[in-house]
Amino acid sequence: MDTFATSATSPSRELIDSVVIRFVGDSGDGMQLTGSQFSESTALMGNDLSTLPDFPAEIRAPAGTTFGVSGFQVHFAGHDVMTPGDAPDVLVAMNPAALKVNLRDLKAGGMLVVNTGAFTPGNLKKAGYTTNPLEDNSLGAYRLLKLDISKLTLGAVEPFGLGTKEALRAKNMWTLGLMMWMFGRERESTIEWLRQKFAKQPAVADANIAALNAGHIYGETAELPGGIGCYQVPKAKLDPGVYRNVTGNEAAAWGLLAGGRLAGLELVLGSYPITPASTILHYLSNLRAYGITTFQAEDEIAAICAAIGASYAGALGVTTTSGPGMALKTEAMGLAVVTELPLIIVDVQRGGPSTGLPTKTEQSDLLQAVYGRNGDCPMAVVAACTPSDCFAMAIEAVRIATQYMTPVILLTDGFLANSAEPWKIPDFTSYTPFPVTFRKDPTGFHPFQRDPQTLARTWATPGTPGLEHRIGGLEKHHDSGNISYDSDNHHKMTKVRAAKIAGIADTIPLQTIDQGEDSGELLVVGWGSTFGAISQAVLGARRSGLSVSHMHIRYMSPMPKNVGALLKRFKKVIVPEMNNGMLVKILRAEFLVDAQGINKIAGQPFKIAEIEAEIRSQLHVTEATAQ
Amino acid sequence: MTPLDPPNPPLTRKDFTSDQEVRWCPGCGDYAILAAVQRMLPELGVRKEQTVFVSGIGCSSRFPYYMNTYGFHTIHGRAPAVATGIKLANPELDVWLITGDGDGLSIGGNHLMHALRRNLNLQILLFNNRIYGLTKGQYSPTSLLGKKGPSTPLGSVDNPIVPASFALGCGARFVGRAVDTDAKSLIAVLKRAHDFSGTGFVEAFQNCPVFNDGAFDHFTERDVAAETQLHLEHGKPMRFGKTNDKGLRLRGLELEVVTIGQDGVTEADIVVHDEQNHTMAFMLANLEPPAFPIALGVLYASPAPGLPFDRGMAEQNRQVRARGLGDLNALMRKGHTWTVEPEPAT
Repeated sequence: MDTFATSATSPSRELIDSVVIRFVGDSGDGMQLTGSQFSESTALMGNDLSTLPDFPAEIRAPAGTTFGVSGFQVHFAGHDVMTPGDAPDVLVAMNPAALKVNLRDLKAGGMLVVNTGAFTPGNLKKAGYTTNPLEDNSLGAYRLLKLDISKLTLGAVEPFGLGTKEALRAKNMWTLGLMMWMFGRERESTIEWLRQKFAKQPAVADANIAALNAGHIYGETAELPGGIGCYQVPKAKLDPGVYRNVTGNEAAAWGLLAGGRLAGLELVLGSYPITPASTILHYLSNLRAYGITTFQAEDEIAAICAAIGASYAGALGVTTTSGPGMALKTEAMGLAVVTELPLIIVDVQRGGPSTGLPTKTEQSDLLQAVYGRNGDCPMAVVAACTPSDCFAMAIEAVRIATQYMTPVILLTDGFLANSAEPWKIPDFTSYTPFPVTFRKDPTGFHPFQRDPQTLARTWATPGTPGLEHRIGGLEKHHDSGNISYDSDNHHKMTKVRAAKIAGIADTIPLQTIDQGEDSGELLVVGWGSTFGAISQAVLGARRSGLSVSHMHIRYMSPMPKNVGALLKRFKKVIVPEMNNGMLVKILRAEFLVDAQGINKIAGQPFKIAEIEAEIRSQLHVTEATAQ
Repeated sequence: MTPLDPPNPPLTRKDFTSDQEVRWCPGCGDYAILAAVQRMLPELGVRKEQTVFVSGIGCSSRFPYYMNTYGFHTIHGRAPAVATGIKLANPELDVWLITGDGDGLSIGGNHLMHALRRNLNLQILLFNNRIYGLTKGQYSPTSLLGKKGPSTPLGSVDNPIVPASFALGCGARFVGRAVDTDAKSLIAVLKRAHDFSGTGFVEAFQNCPVFNDGAFDHFTERDVAAETQLHLEHGKPMRFGKTNDKGLRLRGLELEVVTIGQDGVTEADIVVHDEQNHTMAFMLANLEPPAFPIALGVLYASPAPGLPFDRGMAEQNRQVRARGLGDLNALMRKGHTWTVEPEPAT
């Protein structure tokens, strides 16, 4: 928002190319709804966008406290948007605590909208302010818009006869109305959503709509201070097609269903509620009509065991979880590996260890996913890199699981799970099916007969006459499947299980360089949700003439066959990760390259600038020499 | 759902016997239970291919390997969860869950609890030998106080659980009990469990000759059995004893042992077994020799077990899919969408 500085109280809208807005308030202030409604309307206006919801683990932390602050950042533009934005251009703060926590991120000269109605002595004290920042000139570096939104909202909803507490709840809609006016958004989608949400309480719906409209009208009519105006962000140039906003968890849910359809299988989801994976359980529970049975199990272990039982019985078992749940499922994953049953485990990673940071994002389950089981226990691991990529990688997980008779872990994270982006909705009829064939013929049947190409064992399900057999967690004879403690057989089976997983590399795409040349000074290797930030950082560095390329890995285990060769074509390799160094360990161990880790373990995605600075430092260029 | 016709020609015990060498210790009560089950299945008229034995870990959990049906030897304590998935994927399958006192009540207590309250349409057979066998003799959650073993050389001070009482507390709709070597009674109660719509929970007192030999001798030995075993029959007075002279009488809210003909006790004073009485089932489950006989047979069979979980889920699926499976393309286009038009050609 470089051209933001000019004073614009003129009726014509000032054209700007991109904006980052962050809405912040108490966890009960409805900031997530405000942000997502603003995003919905923004997408409908034809902008590209990316969002970053950020909320505390407590459902309703004590009001007015800094640890109860909830935020929603949205970045939208007339061009491609790949991250939620490094720093907000506009900060909308509903109370002192929200201001206190978020002000440090606001760009110098950025716009600050505050609800003065919440700046009471009590709230200031709770936020740790000794003086009122609205009165002590400490906000001089920002373009400040002070409004008593509480009072303005109460006035707007007065005709609807709500109690003060209830009426005040509409202040997020008043604020949304003002911001929609400021950035030229349409209110229709929000009005429609409010009507649906409060269908049974029409007075509440009317009050919220009135607040929304009042905020909008306020912008149209009130004389705003200098530096505060109204803006227009042109449509982004997107591929023609039908679009929608999608979050990673929505896309993963649909991808699982799509994968099941392509495999010709019913899905059975066993899941236990856990942040930030629960919404996949919720989405799929609403889609029983689409060929999935969803089961909320008594715990994480039961959830995966039910999924394994379902796969044994001829459905595709799926389980969804996050870090602590992954840890609990570990033993059962081994059972699925040794019995060679297809199974999908979706791990929406969050900050760890232990309970860690339930609502914050992290990439620290990679080593657990690839290695973290007792015994030599290889299984496939894939990782999605954007919210919509969760759809594609969920389908890939199902393909690999059914084609190779193996459990597959799909790694996403809290950022992907909750972040939304416009998605060109694919035509599902254009996907190539990969139908499963169940063994039916009893002639010469052995449960551990393998396909010579894939090494996948045959899938024979209960209910099939003549194929009665027993499987289990004990080591089994390589052919008959009977229990075997024979040492040579165990050696052979361990090698076969490893070879089967390694062989998956035959049917996954070769690794590509996502940006830049396929050899040179510096390669930035990423995986998962860091895609957008790395991509933009590399773009920035390349624009200033630096020799740097970006490679993003989506198949974590096995990796594409050419990863090692690509790594060796660069003088330096750096690996930004939201963990203390995991992919970097694998790359060093597997390919003997001197890859160096760039680590951020803050519960927040990388900023573009952080990675770009690291690229410059690796190439020994300072900001000045690069220009 | 229509049950499949019985196999024709009828199957025999041999048809249900797998080619695997049975590897329990000589004299283990598991042999008797295996033989009883293999004898019973042909009598039930079930099909091999529709039958699945699912187990956890422990001596008893080797059971599926010896059955010529489908079998899944899973992981310690988790068989109820695996069985839940099997029934969700295919409610038509006839599932028998085999577990033990350690597998089912210790490491898998949580899953057993939820399987029972969930009321899946399957059978749970819990082998109770009051000891850990496969790990060599540690006390189990059903071991009596004072049990000495490698981990409790001073004797256990860990209070035991009564499996039937646990099951009733978890909301089991059917609870039965039998002695491993009493094939006739065991088969009778297993058949009832199989016929029951919902979870049929059966505890078998099973002797471990190596680590806990004689744990149940005080009521299973030939010379004491009649005086210490109460074989319950629905609608019949609760009588026992060598000459069938003893019985249970209600005194307030407690049961007491009385002798017919003594102190003016007549048959009319003896409680008639009502297997549909949940409160009475609790009292019966907790009777212990020597003060009381051990109650065997069907302790409880709910008159209103409700829809089994797997059937309920299948019924919901049927209803929401009545008009065919939903269209994925349409699903992804629900809600707010927008169209980006191609740029006009220049």
